[in-house]
Amino acid sequence: MAAEPRTLAPPERRMAEVSAKVRLGGYDLLVAHDIAGPPDPRPGQFYMLAAGERWGGGSGERPYLPRAFSFARVRRHPDGGTELAFLLEAVGPGTHRLGQLSPGDPLALVGPLGVGFRSPAAGTRALLVGGGIGVAPLLCLHDELSGTWHEGVEVLLGFRSSEYAQAADLFLAGLPGGASPLLAVMTDDGSVGRPGLVTEPLLEGLERDPAVTVYACGPPAMLEAVRALCAERSVRAQLALESGMACGFGACFGCVAPTREGYVRICVDGPVLDAELLETALLTGAGHS
Amino acid sequence: MTAQPAGPAEPPAAGAAPPVVLCGVQLSGPVLNGSGTFDAIAAHRAFGDELLERFPFAAFVSKTVTVEPRQGNPPPRLWEAPAGLINSIGLPNRGITGFLSHDLPRLAELPVPLVVSVMGFAREELALLVERVGEREEVALLELNVSCPNVETGLIMGADPAETAAAVERVRPLTEKPLIVKLTPNAVDPPAVAAAAEAAGADAIALINTLKGMALHPHTRDPWLGGVTGGVSGPAVRAVALQQVAAVAARTKVPLIGMGGIASGGDAVDFLAAGATCVAVGTESFRDPGAGRRIAAEMEVILGPQGANRAYRSGKGRPRSPAGL
Repeated sequence: MAAEPRTLAPPERRMAEVSAKVRLGGYDLLVAHDIAGPPDPRPGQFYMLAAGERWGGGSGERPYLPRAFSFARVRRHPDGGTELAFLLEAVGPGTHRLGQLSPGDPLALVGPLGVGFRSPAAGTRALLVGGGIGVAPLLCLHDELSGTWHEGVEVLLGFRSSEYAQAADLFLAGLPGGASPLLAVMTDDGSVGRPGLVTEPLLEGLERDPAVTVYACGPPAMLEAVRALCAERSVRAQLALESGMACGFGACFGCVAPTREGYVRICVDGPVLDAELLETALLTGAGHS
Repeated sequence: MTAQPAGPAEPPAAGAAPPVVLCGVQLSGPVLNGSGTFDAIAAHRAFGDELLERFPFAAFVSKTVTVEPRQGNPPPRLWEAPAGLINSIGLPNRGITGFLSHDLPRLAELPVPLVVSVMGFAREELALLVERVGEREEVALLELNVSCPNVETGLIMGADPAETAAAVERVRPLTEKPLIVKLTPNAVDPPAVAAAAEAAGADAIALINTLKGMALHPHTRDPWLGGVTGGVSGPAVRAVALQQVAAVAARTKVPLIGMGGIASGGDAVDFLAAGATCVAVGTESFRDPGAGRRIAAEMEVILGPQGANRAYRSGKGRPRSPAGL
């Protein structure tokens, strides 16, 4: 277990400060300055987030529990500490409240939590497959691998429409030397990139060169399609799973996924799991919003 | 039956409040965790040794151990309720053999006394669990989780005073260690169950467990939880818990561990005033893994370290005339 890609978290909730909120089509990129957290969370790890004020008391006295978010980007803050970026979409009371935050507001967080992505297998290209808001953990993985993983990194992203596909621009910004990633964008309505599902260019890529390590995060149907395509071809894949969680650190046993080894807790044994461990990535109870 | 002091008594840290004594076991403060609300082994993976340096609780209560290993209920297991949570976890655990070989050595490394929670689906199962856990020197106290059916009688043990008394009487001679009975609030008369447990030899009473509840899928209106029903916890149940603690305090003399929606030092002090000797934090730890420490510190601000300690030890927190009961 020593080699687990996991950075340890301080054992209590702390307050960060929202430093920016950037509208990206259908999403918000929420940027927070985390003074007390570790500077080196591993791509694929996540944080439990709650607004520092007025968390609760909304419709139905929700939200009450914090919400789990993979971080999308990390960098050193010029004044010390770490700047963390999270991709948000308002789908329920928790994400709605987080979306109301403005620069200067407190953001309660616990993290980084869980196990992140492992390095690609030697001699394989890294193939990153993201769907919708699931592109978030692939962004920091891409930041880390570009320029260091010389076998190559390719990114395949799928979105509902051009509005959401604006998140793909994040993969273009901040690359060293203005390098341009190998990037394919698919949309359901064809308003940007190619029309269709992200599994189409994945299949083309696997048939062209099966010596890849696949990294995927997205909706359950996409993850299951990726899992099945990779399993048929004996391609190594790491899937970042999502679940509703109460705690994020293994206390509540609420976020279990069935695997070939029985139930595992997505928060402490994942959220990144080897695809081979799963009979299906179509998980029930990803949690209500 | 007189409970003997058992388990490691940690000297209080410099500058900390004087210890609280629960059934002869010295604790560095009054805040415990509720069983099943904190997995110290998983938390150590997430937080590393800083967890041990700033351990949130004055004693650690294990997740409930059963005779056989259990996978737990199918997901979904969680539903966010108004100011609370409904869970349907289903007591996943390694079973007694796996617990003793895998979990107990790790839990013994925690810097606080250990309470092991056990549940049997028949009195003989409970007896086996108490014997095997009670003989381990790493264990300071045992907690009997009686929120389960007795498969022989079909009754929920903790819902019925006679069932509870019979269970406690069966296991009482099997260990010298203090026995805590964890009550269910889903009973007609929890104070009667508590009084029966005390008369049968329980050394302390912990309450409340979760209240039975359910949630429906917002579109299909089918049960949301894989286990169909679940247990409600969090601030939503605090008023119910406070009343039950006060009512049980009026009927018993053994120390009480009060819990149910405690999220602040002020909440915890309410439970002491209602008659509890110690309090436990559960769902609030899900929101903040350091909640136990924070709540203990807030209690000290409210009560002052000496005042709080005197109150716990003398039982002065107990209301003399339980108004409104």
